[in-house]
Amino acid sequence: MKKNKILKKIKLRFTLNGEPVELETLPNKRLLDLLRDDLNLTGTKEGCSIGECGACTVIVNDKAVNSCLMLAGEINGSAIITIEGISQNGNLHPLQENFLKFGAVQCGFCIPGMILSAYALLNKNRRPDEETIKEAIAGNLCRCTGYKQIIEAIKNTKL
Amino acid sequence: MKEKFNVIGKPVIRQDGKAKVTGQAKFADDYKFPNTLFGVMVRTKSTHAIIKNIDYSEIENDKNIVTIIDASDIKGAKKTGLIRKDQPVFAFDKIVTPGDVVAMLVGVDVDELRILAKKVKIELEELPSLTDPEKSLDPDSPLIHPEFNTNLVVHHPLRKGDIEKGFNESDYIIEQTYTTPHIEHAYIEPECVTAIPLEGDKGIYIIGSIQNPFTVRRIVAEVLNFPLNKVRVEQAELGGSFGGKDDIMCILSARASIAALKTKRPVKIKYTREESILESYKRHPYRMHYKVGYTKEGKIKAMKIDILADAGAYCSMTPYVTWRSVVQATGPYEIENVWTDVRAVYTNNPYTGAMRGFGSPQIVFAQESLMDDIAVSLGLTPDEIRRINGYRYGSITASGQRLENHDVNLMKVLDTACEATNFREKWLENEKHHNRRIPTIEFKDEIINKNLILSDREFVEPEDTWKKGIGLAISFRGSSLGAEGIDAAAAYLSIQSDGSAYLLCGLAENGQGMKTAYSIIVSEILGIPVENIYYLELTTAHIPDSGPTVASRSTVMGGGAVKNASEILRKRFEDFLRSQWQLTEDDLIVFENNKIYVKGKEKFSLSFSEFTALAYKKGICLASIGWYPGPKIHWDEKVGQGKAYFTYVYGAQVAEVRVNIVTGEVYIDKITAVHDPGKVINLLGALGQVYGGVTQGAGYAIFEELSKQNGFPQELNFDQYLIPTSKDVGEIVPIFIEGKDEFGPWGAKSLGEPTLELTSAAINNAIRNAVGERYFNLPVNLEEVILKRKLRPGDIQRGSL
Repeated sequence: MKKNKILKKIKLRFTLNGEPVELETLPNKRLLDLLRDDLNLTGTKEGCSIGECGACTVIVNDKAVNSCLMLAGEINGSAIITIEGISQNGNLHPLQENFLKFGAVQCGFCIPGMILSAYALLNKNRRPDEETIKEAIAGNLCRCTGYKQIIEAIKNTKL
Repeated sequence: MKEKFNVIGKPVIRQDGKAKVTGQAKFADDYKFPNTLFGVMVRTKSTHAIIKNIDYSEIENDKNIVTIIDASDIKGAKKTGLIRKDQPVFAFDKIVTPGDVVAMLVGVDVDELRILAKKVKIELEELPSLTDPEKSLDPDSPLIHPEFNTNLVVHHPLRKGDIEKGFNESDYIIEQTYTTPHIEHAYIEPECVTAIPLEGDKGIYIIGSIQNPFTVRRIVAEVLNFPLNKVRVEQAELGGSFGGKDDIMCILSARASIAALKTKRPVKIKYTREESILESYKRHPYRMHYKVGYTKEGKIKAMKIDILADAGAYCSMTPYVTWRSVVQATGPYEIENVWTDVRAVYTNNPYTGAMRGFGSPQIVFAQESLMDDIAVSLGLTPDEIRRINGYRYGSITASGQRLENHDVNLMKVLDTACEATNFREKWLENEKHHNRRIPTIEFKDEIINKNLILSDREFVEPEDTWKKGIGLAISFRGSSLGAEGIDAAAAYLSIQSDGSAYLLCGLAENGQGMKTAYSIIVSEILGIPVENIYYLELTTAHIPDSGPTVASRSTVMGGGAVKNASEILRKRFEDFLRSQWQLTEDDLIVFENNKIYVKGKEKFSLSFSEFTALAYKKGICLASIGWYPGPKIHWDEKVGQGKAYFTYVYGAQVAEVRVNIVTGEVYIDKITAVHDPGKVINLLGALGQVYGGVTQGAGYAIFEELSKQNGFPQELNFDQYLIPTSKDVGEIVPIFIEGKDEFGPWGAKSLGEPTLELTSAAINNAIRNAVGERYFNLPVNLEEVILKRKLRPGDIQRGSL
């Protein structure tokens, strides 16, 4: 773009963790940056910036997506859920409870994305078998845990 | 020794867990400070060159540039290093590896700075590059650091017995060469640090993804020419490290600090994944030549080992990493005559340093592959050859150390692993099927058209292409640093008047669960619940330097210090109560379930908070500093003899795999991991260490390799550098054998690293058991299995054959 031009901002309306949000932002801003920088929801993490590691996973319209690959211009009218939005009234979500109980957390950097991938799965399929669970989190890399306790935590979560 | 525990060894939910599952835990990039500037690095496209001139004229007046930092801004040491000062904070005389940084642009808009970084004109005089470590010591090879007059970083010799006599007494001799590649730590959180200048000449405050805050403090102080107490380093929640966020974070912290002091504003550096892989250090590639002589009964008489490690462009922790290799290179076998040389050399490749395992995964891969070949050559099973030669109580190691004063549980872990997997029966059965090869159809004449129409019986059922294998590996591993370095740790415990507590140790939480383990130790001794203990944020200002959090030493050393701090208070509290309640020395005071009482005299009973309120009122000091110095060890560098480590841990892993003989795919069905870590402190954490370590080891075995072209890493992100996903490793079965030991808290030793070091060898042996072929070069990926070589971009036959 020429030096004397700037991109027009876009007006967005969406729901974030159940609350309506209205804001203006650059349409080419990544959803990840919108959440982390503009809305200060730093539970969503950046690991690779190319949609490989899954640390930036959030829920958009019931689907787990990589927020590093989605632009602000795409989210108008969507329902977005981040890790900050799944506990209700200060109570941990059953997935969060089980991640603790089964020792599924070590360094914790991949955990928000991991929990949200599992959250999207369980909302679609309440009793997934082990292979389905592995498939659902195959896009979330974890270098600490070897995934075993994560899989156990998800398998034992009853919604 | 205490035998019954209230908290120790049980599954305890980690203390930092709730913050981590709710997204509240703050990692380095989650900290935001007003007025923050960002640093963007300027690099060259060179591997080895002399820097003639750096010209910023095209960008220095750009509105996006607040300042430009390079070596000319450094007031203290221009080159640093944990052991040898060979790594520049900003390269000023030479480029020695593609990750090198010559300058940092500082401003508000990172995207604009990245564009400007390409416009810095760096005048270079290219030098011939040296990327093959085998050529490093050739007289006509270029010197990477001419000031040292040699590319040799370190040479560790070990001499025991008479090697020639040993070979003469042998019936058979085998010689093999093994290689392992560069490995990326692949922590999911890339490097990030912020430096903030403190007002009033108080120095600098640094918060970041830092594995060893005290190391960062030392290096930054050297670079800034500051006293240690003016460099305050805090560790943010760390998103994985595995040994990897040490040297690199020292350098990044120094760069951010220089810029922060110059601009008087906070300066943040946040790496992209590509920068992280390009600049950070790796696991050492090894080339290992083993010559072993043994009798027809299977007794090993002599072992001659020649190891060459690629240190890359900088020394980093290389002398210590390779030192562990020389101590453990023979494996856990009693051998009278040993001659080992481990050398590490400079090249222009990415530099190599500490990574989980620390010089052991390489040698365990080689030496445990070799043990199976000895067994096969004699018609023995893998477990038999290990029983003939393996360590028992009182055995003498290659370095001449007698294994005593702890349970030498090598045979016990071996037997347990074999029984749990029905090892021998499965191994013998699989050995019968080696003659089954890739299915082919034979024709009388030469085949011209490959698209032949085949009849039904000429197709292969997919399941017929898989073969099963089972493999075994065992190891011994020295706990903590050993004769590598100074070994001591401190802990601070402060009980409040209401019975709650603050705890802090000078070692760092890297995700391994150390805070929880330490709180469990306090809980066990003082009888207070883990949830009443608040673990303080680690900053270098609040606790004595306790050395680095490496070498699986946090439980044994930090745990020892926490136990000491707790015991100081327990003794003080008991003394106070004895006089308060007028008890005799025979009365037993019990601390449990948040209560203190006298056994058999229940009228003497207080809740813990009643007690602390009373003690506080009576002027009793409720805080203590614990200290745990490592026991004495010694080492003779010339002959590699001595008491290398004060104690050892033992492990055995059995891998069960399927190998696709058509595609070369290896699928890991099951790993049984039997470890003696001494006492288990937190069962949940210990299980997590095994699952995680084995999975990293599996990646090392069959996927991971950082390849290079003229020193440039070729796999810069997770689309190309593949680490195991949830689907790649089958079942993992951890089994703990708790050996007794006089050191560490109740004998708790090390677990994090032994879990990783065995896996690649066990898998390689399982693949051999499946297909009857030995592989010598990690990773044993598809092409290695089928072609016995690695395919690279540019190879003519990458893709379908």
